[in-house]
Amino acid sequence: MKKYLLLSLFGVPAFALDWMSSFDKIDTGNTSWILISAALVLFMTLPGIALFYAGMIRKKNILATMMQSYIIVAIVSILWVIVGYSVAFTPGSPFIGGLERLFLNGLSVVTNDSTLSVHPNASSIPESVFIVFQMTFAIISSAIITGAFAERMKFSALVAFIAIWILAVYAPTAHWVWEGSGWLANHGVLDYAGGTVVHINAGIAGLVGAIMLKPRVGYKKEAMTPHNLVLTLVGVAFLWFGWFGFNAGSAVAADARAGMAMLTTQIATAAGALSWMVFEIIYKSKPSALGFASGAVCGLVGITPAAGFVNPSGALIIGILTAIVCYYFVTVIKRKLNYDDSLDAFGIHGIGGIVGAILTGVFCDKAISGAEASMSAQIIGVLITIVYSGVVSFVILKIIDKTIGLRVSKDEEREGLDIVCHGERLG
Amino acid sequence: MKLITAIIRPHKLEDVRSNLDKIGISGISITEIKGYGKQKGHIENYRGNEYLIDYIPKLKVEIAVNDCDVQKVVDSIIEAAKTGQTGDGKIFIKNLEEVIRIRTNERGEKAL
Repeated sequence: MKKYLLLSLFGVPAFALDWMSSFDKIDTGNTSWILISAALVLFMTLPGIALFYAGMIRKKNILATMMQSYIIVAIVSILWVIVGYSVAFTPGSPFIGGLERLFLNGLSVVTNDSTLSVHPNASSIPESVFIVFQMTFAIISSAIITGAFAERMKFSALVAFIAIWILAVYAPTAHWVWEGSGWLANHGVLDYAGGTVVHINAGIAGLVGAIMLKPRVGYKKEAMTPHNLVLTLVGVAFLWFGWFGFNAGSAVAADARAGMAMLTTQIATAAGALSWMVFEIIYKSKPSALGFASGAVCGLVGITPAAGFVNPSGALIIGILTAIVCYYFVTVIKRKLNYDDSLDAFGIHGIGGIVGAILTGVFCDKAISGAEASMSAQIIGVLITIVYSGVVSFVILKIIDKTIGLRVSKDEEREGLDIVCHGERLG
Repeated sequence: MKLITAIIRPHKLEDVRSNLDKIGISGISITEIKGYGKQKGHIENYRGNEYLIDYIPKLKVEIAVNDCDVQKVVDSIIEAAKTGQTGDGKIFIKNLEEVIRIRTNERGEKAL
């Protein structure tokens, strides 16, 4: 710190020592792939998640459900720039990043001396590209949560919850797992592309929200069937497509590991979709379109923490096992425990993330990952994320419930959130 | 004169219309409706969970006919609309007091 202060006194920015690099250290191949990956991951939320969820709810809530994804993109983008990136990705204490990059302070491209800022985790690409790539992960994590309490939450409550959650839950856990000084990273927790940071985090927050908001009016008495599964199938196609940026982009390079991550992603996704379909044929006699889509997402979620660490056969087993466990949670456990996880954000993302994170410890191939996996470290990472996300999400939701309220009234819920929250509806 | 009202499966409409054409029935009215009979709806599966759908989409076909045509119309509807499965529908027959063609003011059987 003294060293930084001294440099600052002499007019040299504090970040200069660690963050500045010369133009010739930048790899254009890596940069172009991460630029594309960032766009792919944003595409997963808009329109991917928005359509995926919109097709599964009732027609009276379609605009409100899509708007939740859209508003999240705007809010999280701004908060990420103001404070999120700094507390998540600035080396600092093991538990939280520093504040020196607030408002992206120090982000620079200086053409006079051919230097630019880079992040220590990704020194071959401009920092701006790293920032936007990580921003899209924060966005989709928040958007996933909305599936758990769809069709009943106030728009204002959702906005407040996501704004606080992204800073109080997502940013710290991203720091713990992905930033070099983070305590879980140093403990040996492996999370290639967000099984822990994205899916468990979002899934647990969603479960807490679903329980606190209580089931939808008419839950288990009325058939709340999807109003347009075509939208859901289009949405899942966009998710599958965008996930290549999510997983293969997490190599932060256009290299062999990115290629392996793309391959394992495809294998696990196909295996997940097929497993779910086989289960439906066995137990329900018909393979459904929503089942195919659900199984595919299970495979995508399951392989996420493992994508760059496992070999193809590991990916195949992860895809199959994740779909089996998620199928059981979505069809059996949810109904037994009587919580209304509307679109199975917990059942698929939370459970799939937990299964994938644990199986990463089982199938991690040192020849590919270059890292030793530890089952105990993986399980500790999972448990800590569950507890942290669960407790903090509960506190945030409780505060919102006591101030602006979480849920629309019964009559408003009957009428539909499109009219009630936005004054619009489909024709 | 009689008013024949047939509740049929939507996908059987073209078969019914074709059969009615063959026996010279020229005018029918179609309404999209929902309801249930003895089978009490049907089961749909979403993410492995079963949902009982109470109201099933059907079509209501209405045909006004002379008394002498009633039996052959009923027979041709049954022939076209029957699958042998639960949910094939029903046919109702009511007396028709009067029929008036709006364009010509003709009444009774001439108006059919």
